[in-house]
Amino acid sequence: MSDHLSPEEVKKHVTIYVRVFMALAALTIITVAISYLHLPILAAVGVALLIASFKGSLVAAYFMHLAQEKKIILYPLILVFFFFIVLLIIPTLSRF
Amino acid sequence: MSDAAEIRFISKPHPITGVTNSKLGVWCFLASEVMLFGGLFSAYILLRIGATEWPHGSTILNVPLATLNTMILIVSSVTMVMSWASLALKNFSKYRFYMAITILLGIAFLVVKSFEYAHKFEHHHYPSTNNFYGIYFTLTGLHGLHVIGGIFLNLYLLLPGSKLWKTNPEQFMGRVEAAGLYWHFVDLVWIFLFPTLYLL
Amino acid sequence: MSDHSHKELPFWRKYIFSVDHKVIGIQYAVTGLLFLFFGFCLVMLIRWQLAYPGQELPFIGSWFPETQMIGGIMLPEFYYQLGAMHGTIMVFLGVVPLAVGGFGNYVVPLQIGAPDMAFPKLNMMSYWLYFIGGVLMLASFFVPGGSAQSGWTSYPPLSVIAAGGQTWWLIGMAFLINSSLLGSVNFIVTIIQLRAPGLSFNRLPFYVWAQFVTALLLLLAFPPLMAAAVLQLMDRLAGTSFFIPTGLVVNDAITHFVGGGNPILWQHLFWFLAHPEVYVLILPAMGIVAEIIACNTRKPLYGYKALVYSVCFVGFMSFVVWAHHMFLTNMGTTMSTFFQITTMIISIPSIVILTSLILSLWGGSIRFNTPMLFAIAFLPMFAIGGLTGLPLGLAAADIHLHDTYYVIGHFHYVVAPGTIFALFAGVYHWFPKATGRKMSEFLGKLHFFPSLVLMNCIFTPMLIMGLAGALRRMYDPTQYAHAQAVQPLNVFISISAFCLALAQIPFIINFFYSIFWGKKVDDNPWQATTLEWATPTPPPHGNFLKAPEVYRGPYEYSVPGQKKDFWPQDMKGAN
Repeated sequence: MSDHLSPEEVKKHVTIYVRVFMALAALTIITVAISYLHLPILAAVGVALLIASFKGSLVAAYFMHLAQEKKIILYPLILVFFFFIVLLIIPTLSRF
Repeated sequence: MSDAAEIRFISKPHPITGVTNSKLGVWCFLASEVMLFGGLFSAYILLRIGATEWPHGSTILNVPLATLNTMILIVSSVTMVMSWASLALKNFSKYRFYMAITILLGIAFLVVKSFEYAHKFEHHHYPSTNNFYGIYFTLTGLHGLHVIGGIFLNLYLLLPGSKLWKTNPEQFMGRVEAAGLYWHFVDLVWIFLFPTLYLL
Repeated sequence: MSDHSHKELPFWRKYIFSVDHKVIGIQYAVTGLLFLFFGFCLVMLIRWQLAYPGQELPFIGSWFPETQMIGGIMLPEFYYQLGAMHGTIMVFLGVVPLAVGGFGNYVVPLQIGAPDMAFPKLNMMSYWLYFIGGVLMLASFFVPGGSAQSGWTSYPPLSVIAAGGQTWWLIGMAFLINSSLLGSVNFIVTIIQLRAPGLSFNRLPFYVWAQFVTALLLLLAFPPLMAAAVLQLMDRLAGTSFFIPTGLVVNDAITHFVGGGNPILWQHLFWFLAHPEVYVLILPAMGIVAEIIACNTRKPLYGYKALVYSVCFVGFMSFVVWAHHMFLTNMGTTMSTFFQITTMIISIPSIVILTSLILSLWGGSIRFNTPMLFAIAFLPMFAIGGLTGLPLGLAAADIHLHDTYYVIGHFHYVVAPGTIFALFAGVYHWFPKATGRKMSEFLGKLHFFPSLVLMNCIFTPMLIMGLAGALRRMYDPTQYAHAQAVQPLNVFISISAFCLALAQIPFIINFFYSIFWGKKVDDNPWQATTLEWATPTPPPHGNFLKAPEVYRGPYEYSVPGQKKDFWPQDMKGAN
């Protein structure tokens, strides 16, 4: 995100922020509503994580400006994402 | 002497990488935070898989209050990014307004959280009751500590730290953006904590 | 922001709460050396017990309180405290702060032509967090029940039910983790952002590359240990059962924990840190050795690019090998095979680095000064350490060797005659830059040769003992029939260890003598090419008199057609 933004660009950003907020609020209500359906556990986990990941990406992409961020910041984050997945999954597999 | 002794790229971005020192630094810090919460989520998964029984979060935790808290944090993220945008529009009083709202929302989050905790303690549900409560208190407690840290950071930028706006607006904007990145990250963690603990 | 005013800072701002990377580097290095010395003292007590179990400790035995020694005879509790704290202090308070905090802080900004680290105040905070962590660790010896005693790995459930010192250990670790977090953010930003004009990534000295990868490892590997430490603190203080299995019985009594936890979880989180930590210990050492070898063979490093790619690959792979410490935890064959394969893969880049460094010696006109001797000795010592690690990375062999003295011998070969020799090499090499005086060559050699011989006298017998089945962490090895055959080796090792302590005396004398009375030298006493030698000696605040520019790679030694045999990176035009 470069620091030299024209007022028009900033205003464009602000409308995006408001839209992202509405999406996040709607998704929060959806995820709570779905939890009352009492889906089978695997489906419930899948849906909840899918919605959470989508919300998370919205926050990261627009509020944290990752959508327009420089490569020097994106590359390490890809690395971190990989290690994060490794850390999350491999301990659960150690019985296999 | 002064030219050689100056640390560069504090307020202006590096011509090749395109970022300032503080932005790169805060992203590195957040990368580390991702791994911290990764370790805790990994612990959650392993404990849950190994457990003979695991309560459904919504049966013992207060989902409406947590939904309210989710909304509070999302709104505070919006006001945080609006305070940064106000600085980009050179509107300092609007910046103070949005920043103050962000701080108040952060405090509101903690107040709601403390009601939740108090309610659990009243019914003698402690971290030692079972591993569900253990991981619930650990994860939300650590997240709460991050919220408290963020509130202090924002208070600094609202009150004494805002003097920098007069002398070096670019650097000040960089600081607000860095604090914003941290605050959004705290929000992001909650977005994952909420379904994991309360809804599954 | 550096201050433009030239007024003198008060003493406490200049030398104690300094934000100058050189002062902080020296603070780190001196504290790290003190902790190394202290950790070595702890292990000498252990060695006495192992060689002469049940015998009175001579001279100083009566100094210890009754909770530690009775009549000069060590108690088992104290023995386990010594073991746990020796490991913790050596790894987290000694070697890493010296290698990363000390040399990294002092040398990296100089080598990249920067006036300071990117965040000087964070740098100061990083040192003081480390200092507090160290003080907490030391203070834990004096709490009721003594310090941590569950090994440096702190495996639960033992560590959860252990005496009070374990809580101090965990809090101390939390400080150290945050210290290294701040330090590693600082290194990454400094190396990416503050390189001098012209100093592209493929002109970076190999040492800076090694520190860069090290910082990434510290940044991403330490947080899971922080998570684990938080969980263990909860277990100890709030009574949760994250690491406590259902129905845990201690001393014939059921514990108060509700259970349902998983002790293996700690091992996963701990080794997720601690395997990359091994490379945190070794990569800066390789970097130091590479600098010294290039300088003292007067020729470029062999295969600079291969070295750089290898160091990056090692860093990446080190995150996916951790469970080779856990083959005996009822792990399935698929995962075990996966980790055996990754372990074998990670040995390849390590071998590439070592081979490149050995080939760098070929055809050089070697100057056998003290730093070079230590650097050369590093190569075979690290090779032995690395090769003895291969059987441990294969599950079938590991079943026999796990938790024996073979493991101790293996990783001490990597760290003690490996990394610590490289660190000594670094002290001798950069001492003239920091003080303006050279250390004595005679005392240096008096330090080097006995140390080299004695290190091998200590660690080779350990490999033999391990193959014979002698277990680590045994209070009285004479109690076990299978270990009695190798007990004479224990005596031999202990005597060698005491002699090794004597062999460090020339270093201590040399260090202090040379600060005041060493031979004065100019700015570039080793005729080296990298940027740290282009500053005044010792470098002033802000380092460079004129912002340097870089025109060539880091190892332009003996370039044909040049008048001198070294061509500094910042020299414009021909030499």
